[in-house]
Amino acid sequence: MKQTPLHASHIVQKAKMAEFAGYDMPIQYPDGVMTEHNWTRENAGIFDVSHMGQLIIEGAGSTGFLEKLTPSTFSTLKENVAKYTVLMNEDGGMIDDLIITRLEDDKYFVVVNGACKDKDIEWMKQHLPNGATLKHLENHALIALQGPKAEQVMREALSIETTELNYMRFMAHKDFFISRLGYTGEDGFEISLPAERSDAVWHKLLAHKDVKTIGLAARDSLRLEMGYPLYGHDIDATTSPVEADSTWIMGKRNNKTFIGAKRVLDELKNGTSRKRVGIKITGKGVAREGAEVFDAAGKKKIGVLTSGGFSPTLQTAIGQAYIDIEHANINTKINIRVRNRDIEAIIADMPFVQAKTKKTTKEAA
Amino acid sequence: MSEVKYSKDHEWLKIEGDTAWVGITTYARHALGDLVFLELPEVGRKVAKGDDFAVVESVKAASEIYTPVTGEIVEVNDNLQDNLDDLKEDIDTGWIVKVKMDDTGETANLMDKSAYDSFVEDLD
Repeated sequence: MKQTPLHASHIVQKAKMAEFAGYDMPIQYPDGVMTEHNWTRENAGIFDVSHMGQLIIEGAGSTGFLEKLTPSTFSTLKENVAKYTVLMNEDGGMIDDLIITRLEDDKYFVVVNGACKDKDIEWMKQHLPNGATLKHLENHALIALQGPKAEQVMREALSIETTELNYMRFMAHKDFFISRLGYTGEDGFEISLPAERSDAVWHKLLAHKDVKTIGLAARDSLRLEMGYPLYGHDIDATTSPVEADSTWIMGKRNNKTFIGAKRVLDELKNGTSRKRVGIKITGKGVAREGAEVFDAAGKKKIGVLTSGGFSPTLQTAIGQAYIDIEHANINTKINIRVRNRDIEAIIADMPFVQAKTKKTTKEAA
Repeated sequence: MSEVKYSKDHEWLKIEGDTAWVGITTYARHALGDLVFLELPEVGRKVAKGDDFAVVESVKAASEIYTPVTGEIVEVNDNLQDNLDDLKEDIDTGWIVKVKMDDTGETANLMDKSAYDSFVEDLD
């Protein structure tokens, strides 16, 4: 099993470790998932996400290349702005979801899922134009700092001033790549840095009184409260951006020539038979991924849960599901079958918990 | 007179005659993490040694609880559903079900306190 540059620190901290994306990763620390979750919502948490793939794509044709592989538009994207999008397959499904930041006219910083990175790199290399290169930053760690105190922690622990950095914006600080974004719905940053310096930075952050280490279990409950899809669960090679209710990533829909466009454009025009929605359990219990969803009468199967868990913030179980379109309206009553018992639930709006990402202030021209 | 025994699946049993109160040990409670829901069986259900009879949900996952003895569930501790903190190694309040055993001989293979403690020590 592979290890991140911070692996030894997780062991010292007595984290419960398990395999994730081929890496031995911290699932939770001794405080436990509930404490870690709430700490991130109230203070600041640090997450080792060094298993994720970090790439630099640069050279002539990079912008057109990204507009071929994703349904988003990059030609009009400003420098130092990050965009969430997906890699499409020929069938209009998704190969991965990712964050792409425009560094220069034809230079991009790309962060992909750890479990997908080998497959993504291979796919990208197949389509890479002659004038462009793809560099895998294998010797870089990635630390996420998330929570309402993140900006203060950046200043006090790392002496990095970020008040001018808006949400989904990027800045280079010495050899750090700092992006103001994350997977929790809180204000925060992802810091890409050389692996050999990551342990020192991790411990500088951890020495701050408002910072705790957060494992992958709380990362999952935090993202679930935000209704963010998890690749391989809520979105995959069979689901389209239209079914996933992610058409916002297409912006003004100026890009019509991306891989898989045929299905997506057809679905935009004619609709889909199913849709990704939020689920809120109103009865007793917790429903997990794979649970079957039935109509209010408990008779007709109308979908399947793709994520499910307990929301520490709402103190109730929530989830995401693909539901037949005629049952997918908000507040529709449904039943979720768990161990042969039907639990009452409703289709709910996402996010389940209001995001607190940094409000965009007017940028200097 | 009652005696307390332990299973390798980290259940404790308070045994009185042919009746066993079954709960989970501190080790199991710790391993399960933050609990959010407990699904209990119905009174009258017949269970065979090794069957799961209850499910505890934590934030992250569902875990089954297994019975170390065969018999009939004659009482369920409904109090636990709203007081999950009581689900622990407390033979007075932490029991999940009361089982009327078919064969009290099954308890002979279970561990006593000191054997269980050293069993757990070897796991860490």
